[in-house]
Amino acid sequence: MAEFTLRLRRFDPESGEGAYWEQHTVQLEEHHSVLEGILQAKAHTDGSIGIRCSCRAAICGSCGVRINGEPGLACNTHLDHAREASIQAGSDGVIVVEPMGNMPVIKDLIVDMDAVHWKKIRRVTPWLINRQPVPEREYIVERESMVDVTQTMACIQCGACVSDCLSMEVDPGFIGPAALAKAYRFVGDPRDDQHFERLNDLADDPLGIYDCTHCFKCVQACPKEVNPMGQIMRLRRLAGSDHDIEDPNNGRRHEQAFTTLVRGYGLLHEAELLPRSYGGDSWFGKFHPAAGKELLASLPVVLKGLIRGKVNPKTAAFGHKLPKPALDAVRAIFDRVEGKGHSTRAERHELNLYVTGYDEDEPDGHAHEGAAPTPGRQGDQQ
Amino acid sequence: MPSHDVLIIGAGLAGQRAALAAAQQGANVAVMSKVHPVRSHSVAAAGGINAAIDPTDDWRSHAYDTVKGSDYLGDQDAIEVMCSEAPEEVMHLEHIGVTFHRNDRGELDLRAFGGASMNRTAYVADITGQAILHVLYEQLLKHSGQVDRFEEWFVTGLVADDDGRCCGAVARDVRTGRIEAFSAKNVILACGGAGQAYYPTTNGLIVTGDGIALAYRLGAPLMDMEMVQYHPTTLVENGLLITEGARGEGAILLNSDGERFMERYAPNKRELASRDVVSRAEQTEILEGRGVGANKDGIYLDITQVPRKRILEALREIVNVGRDFAGVDITTEPIMIRPGQHYIMGGVKTDVDGATPIEGLYAAGEVACVSVHGGNRLGANSLLDTLIFGRRAGEHAAKRAAAMAMPTVGHSHLRDQEAMIAQILARPTGGRRVSAIKAELGATMNKHVAVYRDAEGLNTALETVKRLREEAATAHIDDRGTVFNQDVLGAIELDYMIDCAEATVVGAIERTESRGAQFRTDYPDRNDEEWIKHIELRRGDDGPDISYSDVTFTQWQPEVRTY
Repeated sequence: MAEFTLRLRRFDPESGEGAYWEQHTVQLEEHHSVLEGILQAKAHTDGSIGIRCSCRAAICGSCGVRINGEPGLACNTHLDHAREASIQAGSDGVIVVEPMGNMPVIKDLIVDMDAVHWKKIRRVTPWLINRQPVPEREYIVERESMVDVTQTMACIQCGACVSDCLSMEVDPGFIGPAALAKAYRFVGDPRDDQHFERLNDLADDPLGIYDCTHCFKCVQACPKEVNPMGQIMRLRRLAGSDHDIEDPNNGRRHEQAFTTLVRGYGLLHEAELLPRSYGGDSWFGKFHPAAGKELLASLPVVLKGLIRGKVNPKTAAFGHKLPKPALDAVRAIFDRVEGKGHSTRAERHELNLYVTGYDEDEPDGHAHEGAAPTPGRQGDQQ
Repeated sequence: MPSHDVLIIGAGLAGQRAALAAAQQGANVAVMSKVHPVRSHSVAAAGGINAAIDPTDDWRSHAYDTVKGSDYLGDQDAIEVMCSEAPEEVMHLEHIGVTFHRNDRGELDLRAFGGASMNRTAYVADITGQAILHVLYEQLLKHSGQVDRFEEWFVTGLVADDDGRCCGAVARDVRTGRIEAFSAKNVILACGGAGQAYYPTTNGLIVTGDGIALAYRLGAPLMDMEMVQYHPTTLVENGLLITEGARGEGAILLNSDGERFMERYAPNKRELASRDVVSRAEQTEILEGRGVGANKDGIYLDITQVPRKRILEALREIVNVGRDFAGVDITTEPIMIRPGQHYIMGGVKTDVDGATPIEGLYAAGEVACVSVHGGNRLGANSLLDTLIFGRRAGEHAAKRAAAMAMPTVGHSHLRDQEAMIAQILARPTGGRRVSAIKAELGATMNKHVAVYRDAEGLNTALETVKRLREEAATAHIDDRGTVFNQDVLGAIELDYMIDCAEATVVGAIERTESRGAQFRTDYPDRNDEEWIKHIELRRGDDGPDISYSDVTFTQWQPEVRTY
């Protein structure tokens, strides 16, 4: 038994008062969960503490909260890990629990998921539109395809990724990580008939797949390894490379410009990126009328950069290229990931661990997911 | 007042399936749940769903396995309905989008499961329940035009008209505290079991026997309530579930001698004997001193037999559970488990269309007792039960609705329920805490009404439950608010659980034999002469009134049960 202090964010909508902090001390085993801590406080001290919870096993998705500022599930966060995180963040070892972000708070740790999360889920036409004809028995599909979509099926709709999505914070209309992961569940499903229509819709929407800024927050937040950002990237790849969808958001052209430049120089050639993104992926892109307008608009930023010495006129104009061996190494990465010579989808390197599995030679295949069990740990718990 | 042809209470697999089936028939449907539908405890069902879809399989074989698994207490007509309709239902799920895993030919893959004579369990990794639940919810969103959803509404009472027909319910909006009457031509209960009457349990905190108690209070009979399933593999640490799929994929059980002891108890099926058999074997090993761990109260489940890549693909969820809740990497070391409360075979008595003896009231899923599970449920038959009988109840209720006028719920019912809640809110402080009463209830049930039972323990349990019922009437609550007042709902749920627990104990005392999940150390033999019959319980003035009903036999006569 150890003693832990929880600092809970309380809010009573009926009081007319604002939110406030309240501390509770609980006695529990170190590996018990933050949820068990909250439930102990609720059971022994104050039954009015509001938190949704049910399964206690990270499968029902009810108990999404922020712990020490990080989104996650209260039920699968250990008290000792949470205390450690608090200390490492320079705090006093008190475990801080708040409601999730990006959603209105109803009471204490309970947020209004309907107002944000579920509304966005409904935005992506979240049901299968069957490929015709529907067979009498099951659809015959590749074994891997169903394992693949199981990764997004594994989403428990807890909202942790929505809570800390930076794009959504700036742009509340962004469809967001959870709903776009849900969209992949249909786009990746060979039984769905509307892959092109779904992708076109999501590429076309200014708040769709190209509104993600690759901040990785959702990847970190997800307690089920759904990898929402990875699914968004896969949607882009399918939209751009496989369906040749040109979007009004310049998303595809921007990506093409980005990869062309990195393949060519080994590094990003910033001065070329914008003109190519808007005018087309070649040196002549900057002379396209669409690019001219954007370039004109960004002139003040460019000038400011030059004046402050952030941009060197020479490298801005001609770019900087890596030496040959390093450049070859970068190009080898392209060949590996895209399949040599941008060929078919089948040869493309698939970045989905659900399909490829962990490397067998890795001594601890999921060490990256958090603390690996220490030897003798089990004995400690008995 | 909201009025519907079919009002469904509970939005797990049975409830959502019923809603979709009733809507398909053209009925005007509402589905109501105290939590958001995807939080329903069906989400935790892991291993899969049984159906004889292999061309070399036959639904009769599935039915026979189920009859044998039930220890000949299941009604064979109902079992035939469930097993013969299973393949079509699984194909339906596949067509609406469930991502069932495939074999190398691209067809549905089938895994081995307990008590089954061949591989017939379709699955989605080890998140089958979650996958089906989420896909049904996708369909509910698709059919929003026909199905009204009342998410986070808590039902406080069912309503019957003067002729005793069920005609609606009264519910509280959890988010606002508003209480409202709902009139309905038919009510389908689909709100799951009562696992929280036990501690520990694999069941979620929301599984508090609401539907069983609601029906019981309206006068419906409960059946087979003594039959409580202990799952063979729950974490010693906290009672969480490790799927039977692990043993289906090849995991084995070991005692402190490192012995694969199931070879002694079930020489043919070993770890894949039916659940009551495996749980009893484990409990015997523990009682005889061959348990593992510091308290010698566990058994090792060794999954390292299964190739690592297969574990990560097909048993990913329990890798997470092992890591997060027991600090064990199941791909490299065994994990400590023991039998734990998991499922109740009993429930509200229904026919094969989900109809209870009360007109207008249906039940489907764990809340119901058709009875297809009898004394012991086979793994991967519960998902099937929810879907088959959820669909049948939805269809039947919709057809009944088409031929009748909309009833109205009198305002007095609404006022009664408002008064009930006001009375809880006005309770003086100083009573025992709801949490303390619940903890004692759970511990009592797990001690005396578990794998092994006897008259002395059961009578102790009955006395305790009766005392707890009195204490619950004045249990202390802290929250006097209206928005998300979980304290008030907790007090109501406590009463629901006590109703269920009392019925379970009374049934267990009454059945003086050992069959299925009920093992009486004072009556260790199965007694086919006297006890091939269901125990039915109706609410009486001082606890349940007991009666009996026949078990339906069609083609399988009782045999000695070995695995």
